[in-house]
Amino acid sequence: MFKLWAAILKDVKILVRDKIGLTFMFAMPIFLVLVITSLQSSTFELVNENKVPLLVCNKDTGAASRQLIQALEKVGMFNLLATTQNLNGQQVSDTMHKQNALMALVIPVSFSTKIAAKAKDVSEKALNDFGVKEKEGDQNTDSLYNILFYYHPVLQASYRQSIQGAIRSSLQLVESKQILQTLYFALNEKKLPESLENKIINNQITIQEIPVSKDGSKTIPNATQHNIPAWTIFAMFFIVTSLGSNLVKEKLSGSFIRLKILPTNYLVALVSKQITYMAVCLIQVLVIFSIGIWLFPLIGLPALNIPNDIFALIIVSVICAWCAVSYAQCIGVFAQTQEQANGFGAVSVVLLAAIGGILVPSFAMPHSFQFLLKFSPMYWCLESYYSLFLERGGLHDVLKNILPLFIMAIVLQIITLLRLKKKNLI
Amino acid sequence: MSLALDINNLNFRYAEQTKNCLQGFSLQVATGERFGLFGPNGAGKTTLMHILTGLISFNEGSIKLLDNELKNKKKSLNNLFGFVPQDFSFYQELSPIENLNFFGAWCGLSKTEIKKRSEELLETLNLTDVRNKPVAKFSGGMKRRVNLAIGVLNNPPILFLDEPTVGVDIQTRHAIIDYLKQLNQNGTTLFYTSHQLHEAESLCTKITLIDEGKLIACDNLSNLLTQHKASNLEELFLTLTGKAYRDSHV
Repeated sequence: MFKLWAAILKDVKILVRDKIGLTFMFAMPIFLVLVITSLQSSTFELVNENKVPLLVCNKDTGAASRQLIQALEKVGMFNLLATTQNLNGQQVSDTMHKQNALMALVIPVSFSTKIAAKAKDVSEKALNDFGVKEKEGDQNTDSLYNILFYYHPVLQASYRQSIQGAIRSSLQLVESKQILQTLYFALNEKKLPESLENKIINNQITIQEIPVSKDGSKTIPNATQHNIPAWTIFAMFFIVTSLGSNLVKEKLSGSFIRLKILPTNYLVALVSKQITYMAVCLIQVLVIFSIGIWLFPLIGLPALNIPNDIFALIIVSVICAWCAVSYAQCIGVFAQTQEQANGFGAVSVVLLAAIGGILVPSFAMPHSFQFLLKFSPMYWCLESYYSLFLERGGLHDVLKNILPLFIMAIVLQIITLLRLKKKNLI
Repeated sequence: MSLALDINNLNFRYAEQTKNCLQGFSLQVATGERFGLFGPNGAGKTTLMHILTGLISFNEGSIKLLDNELKNKKKSLNNLFGFVPQDFSFYQELSPIENLNFFGAWCGLSKTEIKKRSEELLETLNLTDVRNKPVAKFSGGMKRRVNLAIGVLNNPPILFLDEPTVGVDIQTRHAIIDYLKQLNQNGTTLFYTSHQLHEAESLCTKITLIDEGKLIACDNLSNLLTQHKASNLEELFLTLTGKAYRDSHV
């Protein structure tokens, strides 16, 4: 025990004196968490609170196009920028640049006429089906009008899709209104009363968002709840650049010769490093979580809500730390140079983060990756943390996630020991 | 005469080589001796030193350290010897006292023993004033003394020294040699190898020359000089091993 304690003291002293390494281990993840949470939080605000500038070039003079513009205004997510009517494609693009609009909508010349024609056609078909009135003639109104949607290439596909969804819903509203008015007029030979129109058209049904949680709480997860656990895991695994190169440095230094000839098994040195670096990982967790709880609200970011089951949080953090340290140690034992440990270590951690759902949400991954992600320890770490932070689960809810993590850590330990045995170091 | 070291018919070959590095090598070192092992580069000195300290395993033959058979990698025998390697074998980020505390614990010494031995060694090797400073900032001579202090921390009956004075000034060299003689007077057998032949003349009571993995001469210095009609160790060395380069191939 005294030998282990001496080794831990030695490792801690060496670690503490490496100021750059320490800064890298703590400042890097804190910086990452701050930057990414701020960015994601502002993206959330952009979609939900800020209005997106949308240039509207209305070439139509009828009522339907005005209704469409009103409907778009009502959606609440656009800041509509009106422009002159007769712009060609190039002029639309130029105006977008001038007005800093990321998107533009061009309503064609005969938009209202064609909407009215379509409404008439649909209502006639309906009346014909009801046996009220015979249809006068068949018109193909399927592609009577096209609305042109210009967008800046910087807009991602998912964002464009959500914008187009909002535009389609506004169009649908205009069309429905027109059909309803036409149909009402055909049946009653008088104009549809505004109150009735509003009652029929305006959607009375609201969508209530309810996040799924194990404890029944209805706290809506925010960017902080997503990012802090994810980037804390990344920071823990990024310790590979410190522990991996530390192991290689020791192997290549003269001190290793002495470690090999002293009457103490090298395994003690490994256990010491595991304890020391696990402590570092847990301090990282403590620091990053504390920043989320206390610093984030001060700088305008949502605060981190700590899970109800603190014991489960500690268990998950300890097992994540152990798995991260086991991975780093395995890299360090196999690497021949510090460059190998740092290079392979850093790249592999980014890859594991990518396939583990840290960089891209796992549900958004292609089918083949859905299988692959189960081989990334970061996936299981993330699932465990999300179960606690987002679903407000407890220890029994995370057991199915920490078991694979535990098995992965054991496998990494066995690989490390086999390598050391092969090299006659233990 | 009791033997500190008894090597019989030792054969060793590195995995990637076809020729034996040590060929039928036999050597006896009496306890209390100041034994010097010399030879040109590639003669097998470092390999022998690494086999004796257990850093590499030998293929054939037998080695006894103070009557204990040196089986491959038996950690319990490691307290029978100390080793002062040519490379600085300590943590440069730590101070001398921190290095001594760590390596003392790993030698199996108790807290009290470490404290007592560390104080003695720091005092003897003139490191007391810098005991708490990181070794990385030390001069070459000071680092050599720290290297030596760690090597003798567990009061070993046998001390293997590989170029213990390389790169140090004359004062430090004298201080180290004097300290080694003092250790020997207190009962430690010294097994020393170096290219500093002048230094070896004053330190060693017995000289062995090896070349191409074989022992070519072994006696006390005066007998060897008389036998080979040489005036000093360097002349004897060149007479027996020739003047051709030995490390011109990789």
